[in-house]
Amino acid sequence: MITTDILIIGAGPTGLFTIFEAGLLKLKCHLIDALPQPGGQCSEIYPKKPIYDIPAYPEILAGDLTAKLLEQTKQFEPGFTLGERAETIDKQKDGSFIVTTNKGTKHHAKVVAIAGGLGSFEPRKPQIENLAKFEDNGVEYIIKEPELYRDKKVVISGGGDSALDWAIFLADVASEVTLIHRRNEFRGALDSVEKAQELKNLGKINIITPAEVKGLLGNEKVTGVIVEKKGEDGFIIDTDHFIPLFGLSPKLGPIANWGLEIEKNAIKVNNALDYQTNIPGIYAIGDVNTYPGKLKLILCGFHEATLMCQSAYKKIFPDKKYVMKYTTVGGVQGFDGTKKEAPKAVIKAIQ
Amino acid sequence: MQDINIKITDREGKTHDIVAPTDMSMNLMEVVRSYELAEEGTIGICGGMAMCASCQCYIKSNHELPEMTDDEDAMLAEAFYVEDNSRLGCQIQITPALNGLEVELAPES
Repeated sequence: MITTDILIIGAGPTGLFTIFEAGLLKLKCHLIDALPQPGGQCSEIYPKKPIYDIPAYPEILAGDLTAKLLEQTKQFEPGFTLGERAETIDKQKDGSFIVTTNKGTKHHAKVVAIAGGLGSFEPRKPQIENLAKFEDNGVEYIIKEPELYRDKKVVISGGGDSALDWAIFLADVASEVTLIHRRNEFRGALDSVEKAQELKNLGKINIITPAEVKGLLGNEKVTGVIVEKKGEDGFIIDTDHFIPLFGLSPKLGPIANWGLEIEKNAIKVNNALDYQTNIPGIYAIGDVNTYPGKLKLILCGFHEATLMCQSAYKKIFPDKKYVMKYTTVGGVQGFDGTKKEAPKAVIKAIQ
Repeated sequence: MQDINIKITDREGKTHDIVAPTDMSMNLMEVVRSYELAEEGTIGICGGMAMCASCQCYIKSNHELPEMTDDEDAMLAEAFYVEDNSRLGCQIQITPALNGLEVELAPES
């Protein structure tokens, strides 16, 4: 069981900044995110795109913003459960919560802050009739363990970075790699496209375009796929695995069943006070919440996180006196023993 | 002229006659959102960067539309339910030339 003060669901910019604000109050944070890396949309969808409305940054790339937030929070030693989705929440008698992920990891926290953006990123699944039947029996949407494909036949479909990069990677692992895309053109980094071309020329991967996988064959496990080239009859390719890589799309998912008040796919919160939801002790901050006048902006998420942490502190320590301190005055004392503070002025007579 | 008329068929098949401003630098995805013709969180997920295809729509009238950029073209190549008349709403700016435009929203995917 992982224990922490504030359990943050979602490691996007709002969730990451919460670590900092909580840390100033000496509260420890742990984050859960379905993606394998922190940053949320900023790292998953648009890491190379600029953002122009982060205060004091005339321009910053979304990926750089993530890196800066991680740097700003590192002295507060946040814990991460990545690549797992928060599935259930159980309120304990003492008012604390146990949140369990889809992989069974349990987290015990005094307060829960949902900073889930538009939801957890789930793989986009192509419309193939019997696709669901073969999930984990030859159909994988995410490659977790490349060794699974050692000396196996693999068909990958998709035309983006991940389809290209995995086709290239698996060329040295699998016995046979076939990449299928609806277009002749692939969208990826230039060197990925060139590398795929080179491997195709060497006969190390097969590329079939413009074509689509229309059906799957097999009893319990995938044994082949039916491929159709535009305007031609379908044909069969024998394979052990079919890996559709069509990107990820966010879904609110299990959070929608936590008994929270939901409106327009977002969680209603008390914006007059502290962004708490209808369940005391559960807050919702950033893009995942809604209230009159809500704006889904990163900078609004930062503000919401800050107020939320103050409220969480009072909830956890109802009897402690506390006043907000400016970081310039109080400095930043990390849980790792580091201390940042403004340099002291020297008082010395000049002769 | 400040406003144009557009017919938008939502994902349930209901057609809405709506008025869209040409002077607010809005795109078609934003018009759909401002009229709440698709559930919030199911359209414009990437914010309008041609990176998610949640605003895919089918163009039903013969209007001359802005040419597709490589980004939009590549995104549609990976999207589902794509037809020959598919476009991404976020890449279509509302201009006077689009008066009378008729579109249908593609299913959520």
